[in-house]
Amino acid sequence: MEINNGIKPKPGGGFLGWFAAGLGRILVSIFVPLITFLVLWQGFIFLRNSQAPQIVLVLVAIIWGVGGVALLFTVSNWLIEQLPKEWSRRILPFVFVGPALAILAWFLLIPTFRTLYDSFMDANSFHFVGMANYIYAFTNPIMLEAFRNNLLWLIFGTSFSVGMGLLIAVLADRSSFESVYKAIIFMPMAISFVGAGVIWKFIYAYNGTGSGIQQTGLLNAIVVALGGAPQAWLELAPWNNFLLIIIMVWLQTGYSMVILSSAIKGVPADLMEASRIDGASEIQAFFRITIPYIQGTLLTVTTTILIFSLKLFDIVRVMTGGNSGTNVIANEFYLERFTFGDAGRAAAIAVVLLIAVVPVMIYNLRSFRESKAF
Amino acid sequence: MDTKKSTGFKRQKVISSLLVNGALILICLIWILPTIGIFITSWRDSQDIFTTGWWTVFPHQTYVNSSQIHIDPSVDVNSAMSIPGAPGKYTFEQLRAGVKLPNGTQLTWFGNKRTRLIDVAKLQWVGFSTSLTTKNYTDVLSNNNVNYTDANGNNIVRQGDNLFGAFLNSVAVAVPATIIPILIAAFAAYGFAWLNFPGRKFFFTIVVALLVVPLQIALVPIVQDYTKLDLNGTYLAIWLAHTGFGLPLAVYLLFNYISGLPREILESCFIDGASSFTIFTRLILPLSIPALASFAIFQFLWVWNDYLVALVFLGSKTLVLTVTLANMVGEKGQDWQLLTSGAFISMLLPLAVFFALQRFFVRGLLAGSVKG
Repeated sequence: MEINNGIKPKPGGGFLGWFAAGLGRILVSIFVPLITFLVLWQGFIFLRNSQAPQIVLVLVAIIWGVGGVALLFTVSNWLIEQLPKEWSRRILPFVFVGPALAILAWFLLIPTFRTLYDSFMDANSFHFVGMANYIYAFTNPIMLEAFRNNLLWLIFGTSFSVGMGLLIAVLADRSSFESVYKAIIFMPMAISFVGAGVIWKFIYAYNGTGSGIQQTGLLNAIVVALGGAPQAWLELAPWNNFLLIIIMVWLQTGYSMVILSSAIKGVPADLMEASRIDGASEIQAFFRITIPYIQGTLLTVTTTILIFSLKLFDIVRVMTGGNSGTNVIANEFYLERFTFGDAGRAAAIAVVLLIAVVPVMIYNLRSFRESKAF
Repeated sequence: MDTKKSTGFKRQKVISSLLVNGALILICLIWILPTIGIFITSWRDSQDIFTTGWWTVFPHQTYVNSSQIHIDPSVDVNSAMSIPGAPGKYTFEQLRAGVKLPNGTQLTWFGNKRTRLIDVAKLQWVGFSTSLTTKNYTDVLSNNNVNYTDANGNNIVRQGDNLFGAFLNSVAVAVPATIIPILIAAFAAYGFAWLNFPGRKFFFTIVVALLVVPLQIALVPIVQDYTKLDLNGTYLAIWLAHTGFGLPLAVYLLFNYISGLPREILESCFIDGASSFTIFTRLILPLSIPALASFAIFQFLWVWNDYLVALVFLGSKTLVLTVTLANMVGEKGQDWQLLTSGAFISMLLPLAVFFALQRFFVRGLLAGSVKG
């Protein structure tokens, strides 16, 4: 970080000063980026090919990755500062925003158009096939089933997550142990979908029937204790979809609870007080004051969870692999591309996902323009 | 009159508080029960896991075998038979399923017809189970061969799942994939907020538009690029991918924060002749620590728990925890002693980060959703 302050050529100062200011400056300007590049390249080769113990590799990787990015910023900034002042003032902003824009372009913006292009091509992206992939996406029975299931996820997953979150937020607001309750409900947010998959697969476990066999899955044990017959729950179409949706509700309720809870705390106390003096019941106050007051937040939370359930992949992948009538769009995308190797169909499915979020994108852009941040 | 009214009001308050807390405790119990279930299971012996539910480690009433009755060889086991000490006659099938006697004991035929043995069991209280073990954890972390007893009592030997290696890989993926996007986004946010350049508004509009783009749209082209660049399976590949997918939100959040910093501080620094880079590293970064921390936790949890990106971009040499665990579910779906301990290992670090830094995490969530 000291480089940019350290080398500031002073005018005068004899031959050595002149040398450092002139030739040295040019040489250093060439050598510093060159050495930086060489060091980073060697690090990359080491990480890719080395047989060193894993813990060493991991440490080197972390230092190389984080240090490399910091080094690139420092060196490019230093280079720009060697330029004449007018030039450096013009180019410097691009040193700051350039890397972010380049990565966004490479990883999101350009791929969007490439995927759009691929969606009109065949499995290997060689031949133009017109709308064939889209016709497949909207008529194939497997896809139709995936659409139906995604609709279930969107409707039930979202409404239960938001509903439970709202209920818990309202209840916890009236309790003195609020933070404890909220921490417990919120905790699944830290758990991966794969981990949650294991947790719930264990709950839905089915040990078969027969004498002496005890059900070790919690759900089946409860069913047996109540006098019912144990079931292989995850193969029980179409109800297995709801059993998977419960997992998402378990994971996402914490999110909606936290956001809604802070919105509820923003409802002015004197407004609630006034409604009580006017004789409104708690329930009336909730529907007439709290809900209208937090409806903006409610909309944001609902949209976030809607987008989330639209892209849902991990839970289905881990729990059923999309079998037994539980397939969803994102899983079908993965299967088409990485199992069946059909890039065209996968691209068409991805475009369908993109089109589904376009309204939200437009809404975001509109509110950004209205916010007048610029 | 007045005091009577206020005591009535107080009682109503107590009742409603009891109701509220009761409902919340019930919901919280339901919420935490699944996690407790796998936590307890992960410490139980594999044979116990296959035969009894995890809740049996708590004190409970159950039938415990007290003695055996041997059926005389002269008795015909193919028709109803009378058992010593039991009223009435029972068929083999009834006995096989278990017969409860009025005196509280239970008779169960042991094995097939030829054994001629009946277990007599009495309902008894069983205390806390003490047969807990750390073997599941050492097994699942190890890369060497491990052996255990399966549901049918067979001894199984197979290679461990090397979750220790997967844990290290997860660290190697998650730490840079958290810091790199934050660094790049902080630079960009400062540029957007405080520097003037052509196309500033246009570029930021693109960032806002990209906020909700599903990452599925990018996977296919990026895999093609990585294949051409020979990057597939390297750490760099997945860092860059996570950076790309996390950047829109990171830039957006940090922009909101950095553009809100007081203008006077920055202007006085510019007048003092400090360069943009110095102002950024010496002033902006330290001032933005709350926002940086919020996003860091957000991104860390997302990367650590990510499955899809790791599945697509990482090779078999650099498997992370989520992918290893998902593979275990696929291959060893019934080995609950490994799955539960593995799941718990994968949850350790995010849970620790989460509980230690919950305040920052919540702040990040609020900034990200209420404004977005």
